[in-house]
Amino acid sequence: MATLIIDGQEVHAEEGQTILEVARENGIEIPTLCYHPLLEPYGACRLCVVEIVAGGRPGLQTSCTYPIEEGLEVLTRSPSVVEARRVILGLLLSRTPNVELIQDLAREYGITEPPFPTDTPDERCVLCGHCVRTCAELVKAHVLNFSERGIERRVGPPFLEKTRQCIGCGACTIMCPTGAIEIVMERDAVYKEKPLGPTSAIWVPSMQAVPRVPVIDTDACIRFRQDDRTEGEIADACGACQMLCEADAINFDQEDEIIELEVGTIVVATGFEMWDPAQLSQYSYGKSPNIITGMEFERLSNAGGVTGGEILTAEGKKPERVAIIHCVGSRDHNAHPYCSRICCMYSLKQAHLVRDKTGAEVYEFYMDMRSFGKAYEEFYERIQEEDVTFVRGRGAEVEVLPDGKLRVTGEDADLGQVVHADVDMVVLSTAIEAPHDADRVASLFGLSRSEDGFFAEAHPKMRPVETNTDGVLLAGTVQGPRDVPDTVAHAGAAASMALALLDKGEVTISPQVAVVDEKLCSACKTCLSLCPYTAISFIEEENVVRVNEALCKGCGTCVASCPAGAITARHFTDRQILAQIEGLFRVPA
Amino acid sequence: MSNNGFEPRIVAFMCNWCTYSAADTAGVSRMQQPPNVDIVRVMCTGRVDPAFILKALALGADGVLVSGCHPGQCHYQKGNLNARRRVMALKPFLEAVGIGQDRLRLEWVAASEAPKEAEVVAEFTETIRQLGPSPFRRRQGDD
Repeated sequence: MATLIIDGQEVHAEEGQTILEVARENGIEIPTLCYHPLLEPYGACRLCVVEIVAGGRPGLQTSCTYPIEEGLEVLTRSPSVVEARRVILGLLLSRTPNVELIQDLAREYGITEPPFPTDTPDERCVLCGHCVRTCAELVKAHVLNFSERGIERRVGPPFLEKTRQCIGCGACTIMCPTGAIEIVMERDAVYKEKPLGPTSAIWVPSMQAVPRVPVIDTDACIRFRQDDRTEGEIADACGACQMLCEADAINFDQEDEIIELEVGTIVVATGFEMWDPAQLSQYSYGKSPNIITGMEFERLSNAGGVTGGEILTAEGKKPERVAIIHCVGSRDHNAHPYCSRICCMYSLKQAHLVRDKTGAEVYEFYMDMRSFGKAYEEFYERIQEEDVTFVRGRGAEVEVLPDGKLRVTGEDADLGQVVHADVDMVVLSTAIEAPHDADRVASLFGLSRSEDGFFAEAHPKMRPVETNTDGVLLAGTVQGPRDVPDTVAHAGAAASMALALLDKGEVTISPQVAVVDEKLCSACKTCLSLCPYTAISFIEEENVVRVNEALCKGCGTCVASCPAGAITARHFTDRQILAQIEGLFRVPA
Repeated sequence: MSNNGFEPRIVAFMCNWCTYSAADTAGVSRMQQPPNVDIVRVMCTGRVDPAFILKALALGADGVLVSGCHPGQCHYQKGNLNARRRVMALKPFLEAVGIGQDRLRLEWVAASEAPKEAEVVAEFTETIRQLGPSPFRRRQGDD
């Protein structure tokens, strides 16, 4: 701990801090261009000069590189400091006369015109070296450096040539205070395009989540990319988030874990997937960036999204006309014959959002409006009053016109006419479907699937959350398309059912089990390997096999395989089945 | 009707979870299918002892259908695979004793495949109709 005086104010500082840091902590502003808390001090711009009047080395010194000492007395705005800054700013303004940041700073010090003429009035680089040091210290790519001397001094890769060493991370453009660096989207330079996706490598996937924890996208994070690219040689790149996180919560070593739990019941809630509308070419999805799905619209209109919640076309303009097409891939025998149930209501909500945020004309192409839930019909009526044009009839085709506009064609069943709407944006309300790997989940839990691909419940009316596998329950859209209130109700039912099973503490087993007549058992052990539940065990002392009735599910495979005929399946005995067969032939057909 | 008014008699062993449910759904959905098939419900096709198949044929069945869940979707994990092995082992025997292996068929029909169930029944009935009465039935003078 040291005590020093800045502008007559007594301040305390930690050993090793610089004058600039201490001043900033105490609310004393010192202008600077080249200082950055994530980078090592550099002393390039000289704007942070202060005058040391007592202690240390007296005279003008750069505060960003000057370590504090006990008893130091500093002036940050003395006449000689101001004069020095005026000279520096005059030179900077002469170099970059059109950079606003420099103009503002210069104006603060009474300079409105550049004192010297320049041949390159568009120059933006102030040679602060943020980019050079970011590239070297943080990214550790060492692509950028200074070359030449004096007025020739400039920043660039070696010999100002393109280099493969650049990983295209864009950190230099973010750190540049004057916007002098631009990323040119050359094919090799684009690492991974994420349209409407996260805007940085560390982001919060769901703003409503509790706890609201950010995640690192390892495909985009500079640290992970450098580690991957150099096969571990550069393992400590960037880490800016770690340096800035006051809670010390960033952990780069976290890895996926497989956790094994012993449980009594399982609720399968693996959800749904959005269907890809590119599979029906008439909707031209993918042919224009302004043809988007309902899910992409949600991202667009999300306050945490790329446009900050503004509804804009790909050209960055507010749309004047928007078409929303219902039932894309639903109620369509070329895709899914079923109704996806959620789309009518979210399409109405999106129509409202477009009207509210942009005032654009909205055309809804619908076949039937399925506003089935509580207060849904009232919401539909409200949207009708918001001047949304409803066209009754499936949107048949979307065409990208040569000028980039989109033409939606459909039959208006009320008019009995084919109608067109030329719009700036088309939102496709796409179907929801079972996840692509639902078959794997099905075989894992022994579930069956209904024709639509969703998991089959034990009974469509009486047992809507149970499955045919004991203790495995369904919640939400795994069983079929449903909206949020229905999903919450269904999931609540599944949770209660799971608790009811657990609370009982015992399970009721089916009486349909296999039993061994131990007198007949020849101990051949054929049945042992066939039992999928390891319910049969061999009793060494008695030289027989025995069935554990709690484990046996009653499939009867062992019964059919027993060469001695010693195993009987209760309620499906050989005698019963043979009698059935005989019965069939007792009466002539 | 073709083949001198011959109406095949077919015994079908269907598993409780897949094909039997499919048959149920087909019935409830009023799907048309020939009335020649009599169903014996078993919990799993794995329960089908080859003796049941032989018994049915011996009593005069013209065809036997064994039908259960698709491989990998067995309610009992792999009972249907055991059934497949047994049916495959039985077929050469049926050929050798003169019944012919085409009178025994194994089909995978999931619970959701009611239309397929009706189709399989119709198609198998037609196959047996073409094959004519089982040699056993002819000897018994049942017809």
